[in-house]
Amino acid sequence: MSDTGISSIANYIPRLRLQRKAITESNAWMAPNLVGKGKGTKAISNWDEDSVTMSVEAARRILGPEDDRSQVNSLFFASTTMPYSDRLNSGIIRAALTLEETTQCSDVSSSLKSGTTALINAFNSVNSGKSSLSLVTASDKRKARVASAQELNFGDAATAISISKDNVIAKFIDSASLSIDFIDHFRGPNEEFDYNWEERWIRDEGYLKIIPKLINNLLKDNNISPSDISRFILPCIFPRVPQTIAKKTGIDPDNVVDNLAASVGDTGSCHPLLMLTSVLENSTPGEKILICSFGGGGDAILLETTNLITDFTNTETTVDLIDNGVDEDNYMKYLTFNDLVKWEKGMRAEIDRKTALTTLYRHNDAIIGLVGGKCSKTGTIQFPASRISVSPNSPDLDTQEPYKFAEKRANILSWSADYLSFSINPPNYYGIVSFEGGGRIMMDFTDVGEGDVESGKDVKMVFRIKAFDEARGFTRYFWKAVPI
Amino acid sequence: MASGIKDKVAIVGMGCSKFGERWDTSPDDLMVEAYVEAMDDAGIEPNQLDAAWFSHHIDDIGSGKGGTPMSIALRLPNISVTRVENYCASGSEAFRGAVYAVAAGAADIAIALGMEKLKDTGYGGLPAANYGTLGPQIGPSGSAPGNFAQLASAYTAKHGVSAEDLKRAIAHVSVKSHANGALNPKAHLQKEVTEEQVMNAPMIAEPLGLFDCCGVSDGAAAAVVTTPEIAKSLGKKDLISVKALQLSVSNGLESQHNSWDGSYFHTVRIAAKKAYAEAGITNPRKEISMMEVHDCFSITELVTMEDLFISEEGNAVNDVMDGFYDSDGQVPCQIDGGLKCFGHPIGASGLRMLYEMYLQLQGKADKRQLSSPSVGLTHNLGGQPANNVCSVAIIGSL
Repeated sequence: MSDTGISSIANYIPRLRLQRKAITESNAWMAPNLVGKGKGTKAISNWDEDSVTMSVEAARRILGPEDDRSQVNSLFFASTTMPYSDRLNSGIIRAALTLEETTQCSDVSSSLKSGTTALINAFNSVNSGKSSLSLVTASDKRKARVASAQELNFGDAATAISISKDNVIAKFIDSASLSIDFIDHFRGPNEEFDYNWEERWIRDEGYLKIIPKLINNLLKDNNISPSDISRFILPCIFPRVPQTIAKKTGIDPDNVVDNLAASVGDTGSCHPLLMLTSVLENSTPGEKILICSFGGGGDAILLETTNLITDFTNTETTVDLIDNGVDEDNYMKYLTFNDLVKWEKGMRAEIDRKTALTTLYRHNDAIIGLVGGKCSKTGTIQFPASRISVSPNSPDLDTQEPYKFAEKRANILSWSADYLSFSINPPNYYGIVSFEGGGRIMMDFTDVGEGDVESGKDVKMVFRIKAFDEARGFTRYFWKAVPI
Repeated sequence: MASGIKDKVAIVGMGCSKFGERWDTSPDDLMVEAYVEAMDDAGIEPNQLDAAWFSHHIDDIGSGKGGTPMSIALRLPNISVTRVENYCASGSEAFRGAVYAVAAGAADIAIALGMEKLKDTGYGGLPAANYGTLGPQIGPSGSAPGNFAQLASAYTAKHGVSAEDLKRAIAHVSVKSHANGALNPKAHLQKEVTEEQVMNAPMIAEPLGLFDCCGVSDGAAAAVVTTPEIAKSLGKKDLISVKALQLSVSNGLESQHNSWDGSYFHTVRIAAKKAYAEAGITNPRKEISMMEVHDCFSITELVTMEDLFISEEGNAVNDVMDGFYDSDGQVPCQIDGGLKCFGHPIGASGLRMLYEMYLQLQGKADKRQLSSPSVGLTHNLGGQPANNVCSVAIIGSL
């Protein structure tokens, strides 16, 4: 066994929980077969979230508030719903997290096992000595056709994991993979939705044959008895299939980990890691954890918790995240957020949102990283930085040093809820946010409910989609304030 | 210190088009309407003009860029036409250019004309502003009411005024302007409203409802200026002269530095102090006869009363509710209806404010005429509370 392992892990689950009943009741007239599935909730992202922004939020939870993040030297981002086909998505995450530009960034995609594949890549990177600290983020924002089974099953979330040889809470024992062109579903280029084959075939020829083979290979190679597995993680929408596989491979079926389907849904690439977080938040030393994924074959990873697991906790655990969700029973809001319905946006939405890429690059630290300036002479803090300081009565030239705002405490100076300007989630809340220590930004608010905003109230920064340029397929990102 | 502009330049002619939804009127026609009235009032011919300044804010609707639209519409005799743009204070900027040219001796007679044709957008309200290539990547995709509405949240937090009391006070600001506008045949909105109507109107940007927002109008206004000596040689008597012209522009302090609390206009206080000094006014609450302020939103007007040092800080709510700024109050404000009811064709508004002061000082304001005003102040603001340009002008009898 190597020294390499997981040093930290955290989930991000978006705030809203759509009640499945709201979906099935709306669609009962044309999809009566789905009425029985109208139970529980699924986590849905806000309109301004995608797999990149959710990854940033998950990663911030494990990086903490410190400015210095130079310890991270590789980043693997896994998703099948990356916002860009050709722009380094992990590069956006790196810039938002203000990691060093020397960080090796990789996008891992094209299969629902990409989350576990990214994790294996990170283990190998650290194990080989190439990286001392590697970061993995996995996230999907899953889109499905109206009145489909997928619409009910899918959820949105992200998980971030740091891999290191230091402060390890779960050691990496080994992994196994199978690459098999078993097509349970696919999504061609430029297609919005998956195309799915018959569930019984997927279950019998897919899960029940591929996953046992994977497990047997991994356990045999490492001379580990299946009875030693104390936690078995397998995302699978088919009821009782993980238990059947456990029995088939000699694992105690009672050790199958809950898949969070009732509250969160199936979050795709992220899901095995989402379940792993929930396990590690409640583990004891010496537990052997088996994580499996399914898609284009599958991955299996074996971990063993260390003594440090005893002290491991997250400020907001998976249980907290689930408990803190806000119920949403408005199915139309979900459809609108996901651009699944043609709605009247009004002429104000017609504005050209072309992004000047030259400007974005010149101000990349400010726009993506929320980095401003601090005057080395007066200590005045400002956003964005400028050659001449904003210091009252001291317009010092070229004294600005980079100053990171994203993790600083802030509160609302002034605000309004604007019903006039275009918003996908009206009214449009925005205002001036003042940061403790100095600096302020007039910015959008998000994840706001009526009565949540008032002058003096504390806010936190979140990385979100600023706007879509639908004419050119460009997603513009910036930071927003969330009342806390 | 500079000697200032006081009494160096006289206004000899002014004109103002009817403001409103002028569906059948082109930008050129609006310019002609204001120009003909101003030139008739001045009693001069086009070839007596030495220079022109043209204010026009939004060039993707209206007449486009440059000085040529004005020169062509008015068939000016190939004199200089300088187009100026300074947000909603553009009209005051055109006036400043013309006045300074005359004061400098570069022109004997100059004309300032502002025009805006806003009702070619296809919807109510203003089109989205252009903030360059960086602004939209950082700033909220908001609107003018959303930006100005923030004054209310900061004002209530600072002064401990309840949201309900402030809402009623700003409602009174609009009720007063509607009452004044009802007496103005050139005003866009000429109907009186009640406080209850204002307070129960649909919300635009909290806490501003529909009646807290000014009219979005088509219109033009113009001023002909010259030296007092030339004015007299033209046979003019009872001259109206420029007493002060000040412009203060934000340098980013409000939007970037935590020393500004969001409840007032930093620039207005600076421009007002300079204007009073230039005009020799020491007690504005007593010495200013009347005002036209930039009431783009009712909350803007209320806050501005304090920033112009007419109301004490934190006391504008009481002054407004006491009727201090009503037509029969001590300092009547928006006697022509203001932006609220006369309307707000952006490039014309600064000149429209001066037009009413000019009429009042000459006793030509018909049903709106105040008794013996001697000093009129105009306050023309562009941008938004956190980032703006503010013009304060004072004119009076020479």
